[in-house]
Amino acid sequence: MATYLSKTPAYDLEDATYYSPIPDQPPATSAPAGHRRSKKLLASILFSSFFLLSLILLFIKHQPESAVSQTKFNGTNQEKSSTSKPISPATRTPPPSRGVSQGVSEKAFRLAGSENVSYSWTKTMLSWQRTSYHFQPEDNWMNDPNGPLYYKGWYHLFYQYNPDSAVWGTISWGHAVSKDLIHWFYLPFAMVPDQWYDISGVWTGSATFLPDGRIVMLYTGDTVDIVQVQCLAYPANLSDPLLLDWVKYSGNPVLFPPPGIGVKDFRDPTTAWLSPDGDKWRFTIGSKVNKTGISLVYETADFKSYDMLDGYLHEVPGTGMWECVDFYPVSTKEVNGLDTSVNGPGIKHVLKASLDDDKNDYYALGTYDQFENKWVPDDPELDVGIGLRYDYGKYYASKTFYDQNKQRRILWGWVRETDSEYDDLLKGWASVQSIPRTVVFDQKTGSNLLQWPVIEVEELRSKSVEFDNVKLGPGSISPLKVGSPSQMDIVASFEIDKDAFEGTVEANSSYSCPTSGGAANRGKLGPFGIIVFADETLSEGTPIYFYVAKGANGKAETHFCADELRSSEAPDVYKVVYGSKVPIIDGEKYSLRSLVDHSIVESFAQGGRTVITSRIYPTKAINGAARVFLFNNATGVSVTASVKIWNMGSADIRHFPFNQS
Amino acid sequence: MMLMFNLYGIPQEKDQNLIETTCRNTPNYQLCISTLSANPGSINTDVTGLGLIMVDAVKTKAKETSNAIKKLKGSQPELRNALSDCAGRYNAILEADVPEAVEALIKGDPKFAEDGMADSSLEAVVCEESFKQVTSPLTVLNNAVRDLSDVARAIIRILL
Repeated sequence: MATYLSKTPAYDLEDATYYSPIPDQPPATSAPAGHRRSKKLLASILFSSFFLLSLILLFIKHQPESAVSQTKFNGTNQEKSSTSKPISPATRTPPPSRGVSQGVSEKAFRLAGSENVSYSWTKTMLSWQRTSYHFQPEDNWMNDPNGPLYYKGWYHLFYQYNPDSAVWGTISWGHAVSKDLIHWFYLPFAMVPDQWYDISGVWTGSATFLPDGRIVMLYTGDTVDIVQVQCLAYPANLSDPLLLDWVKYSGNPVLFPPPGIGVKDFRDPTTAWLSPDGDKWRFTIGSKVNKTGISLVYETADFKSYDMLDGYLHEVPGTGMWECVDFYPVSTKEVNGLDTSVNGPGIKHVLKASLDDDKNDYYALGTYDQFENKWVPDDPELDVGIGLRYDYGKYYASKTFYDQNKQRRILWGWVRETDSEYDDLLKGWASVQSIPRTVVFDQKTGSNLLQWPVIEVEELRSKSVEFDNVKLGPGSISPLKVGSPSQMDIVASFEIDKDAFEGTVEANSSYSCPTSGGAANRGKLGPFGIIVFADETLSEGTPIYFYVAKGANGKAETHFCADELRSSEAPDVYKVVYGSKVPIIDGEKYSLRSLVDHSIVESFAQGGRTVITSRIYPTKAINGAARVFLFNNATGVSVTASVKIWNMGSADIRHFPFNQS
Repeated sequence: MMLMFNLYGIPQEKDQNLIETTCRNTPNYQLCISTLSANPGSINTDVTGLGLIMVDAVKTKAKETSNAIKKLKGSQPELRNALSDCAGRYNAILEADVPEAVEALIKGDPKFAEDGMADSSLEAVVCEESFKQVTSPLTVLNNAVRDLSDVARAIIRILL
């Protein structure tokens, strides 16, 4: 059969003949001059000054290089038509990234022409990348989170998993449980593709709790004929708190694609909610008609037979296929989460879609008329697919569930790799899940959600260091001594000198993180923030920062960005600047929190108004060589920063200890 | 008469239109046309089918490159590091990217096919980059893999 069905071995770095043997240590960087014992103090003062100056210069001057060896790539006659999009890395224009801002999807890699050394990953670099407290399987490929739920003392996570390779394919449902959403135990697969209706893939689905305590799981099966159908499954044994075994309903599939819907455009059913009379259930499922993304609604009394309701829950032209639709209520007055069936005054409904086209998750707040079965956005300019994103970094296929244990609405999101497939095969795994986030309505702005890591993650905090009121003049950088620079929980706040702020006007107020060129490009009022995974010489570093743009009308607009342009010297990893505007309420300091866990950094601005997930693959700034800095690269203002950094422990994710009791 | 032409693999107007329309959505119209036209399966198929043909062209060219790398390893020791890197990257194309793209296209989740072809292009580019200070012996092949991958990716994006 096709070769992809056989197990692709996780290449052993020592044995692979194609792999250049490289010593375990990253290559030594040239040591700065001037370290003589007898003149140590003077030298170190000189060095520090030189260091600061050179860092500032590095920030100013460094641009990701345009093609060093561009001549090698002439020769193909790139005939452009008016409808084609520039996507080839060979064209290699210097920044900005043409990725996110123009809807060109991921892997529009831009290669910083590296030095004269042929680059190779070492075992140390690759093994460092594995996260310590984010959920990921032991090996191979994972994608969408599925059917998250809380039952009899355990949080359950199911997930799309390929047991054969570190790329997507032959998908089954992995399964894991946790008491606290952080310490996970691997369990056996919940479902595998073993029926004619899901033999081509057991795809994404969601759980619904019935009032009598039963759990129903609706999921998409890809049939032997490659038709996407909806299927019903349920726990074999509700008295088993681990929900180890699942039964597929004998009458599957329960839904085929309806007339007018493509057989490959019908997937990812949501958790169901009660109909207005309370006697039936409704769920929604995304699709598309031409390039219009839509959400269909079905109604059922028993989850076995369904009626499709007339019309769509909602549609937005030009957004393409809606995957992993999610639909849930949030309270505008309370901070607790709400069961999916709740409706009434003081409630808004969130409609969310993962856009197949640009690989991002979009949400919008609005009102659900359950009698008309229509959802309407509060702001049509910020409709689904054209407005807000949960996360401005690498984050997709997200799904919420109502945690009845602690009355929270919790969000899971799939975070894939942004390195090359070659790297993923070498290390033998690909993808992690984000740390679960609580989702609440932002009562201060009234126009967005707030996401925040679940409080249980703080159990991993151990030692902390604190730096209060660090004054950062324009163009300055301050190293922070931390215990475990690969595993940190960073909380930082910044204030701009008020008088300088008032007095500053900048002509250019059209800043955008993706096109900004990153932290190297200085404005009057920014960028300022932190740098993680920097090495001593800052040849690698990932700034996470605020940039305040103040136009002639005096109105300030704040941006929150994560700059991966120099995150690694490796030529085959994704290097862009992620980010977006973030609303700042009068009187608020600029605040950020970053969960740093090896190759993943999740950053939250203003308590979770804007969130960015980054994947970072340094070659030097790993293990003991990684450094953390505060910086202020603004030209016109000083910034005062306060930071607290905790070491984060491991979540010790392992197999469920069945043999012990 | 028209039916006979179709049976003999001579493209009918509507088939030709699909190929042309599809290729106009790619960054290399000529390459797209010539590659698809060379495959008789490009008649009477849909965009998914055209995507599969292009992915197969990537596979063929990647295999050719992989074989060339093996031959070169013995003959040019000064290129050994770069050739090792390239061998690994072409292994990724053949063992991961192409199978992923084929499976995703067949099974109807084309975004993973796009990922596979985007990575395939990247691997070819990085392989070429790995020849520093020496002339790459693989330029023509790497360029071809890159260009075919970019065309395949563009075709696949039509499906999203």
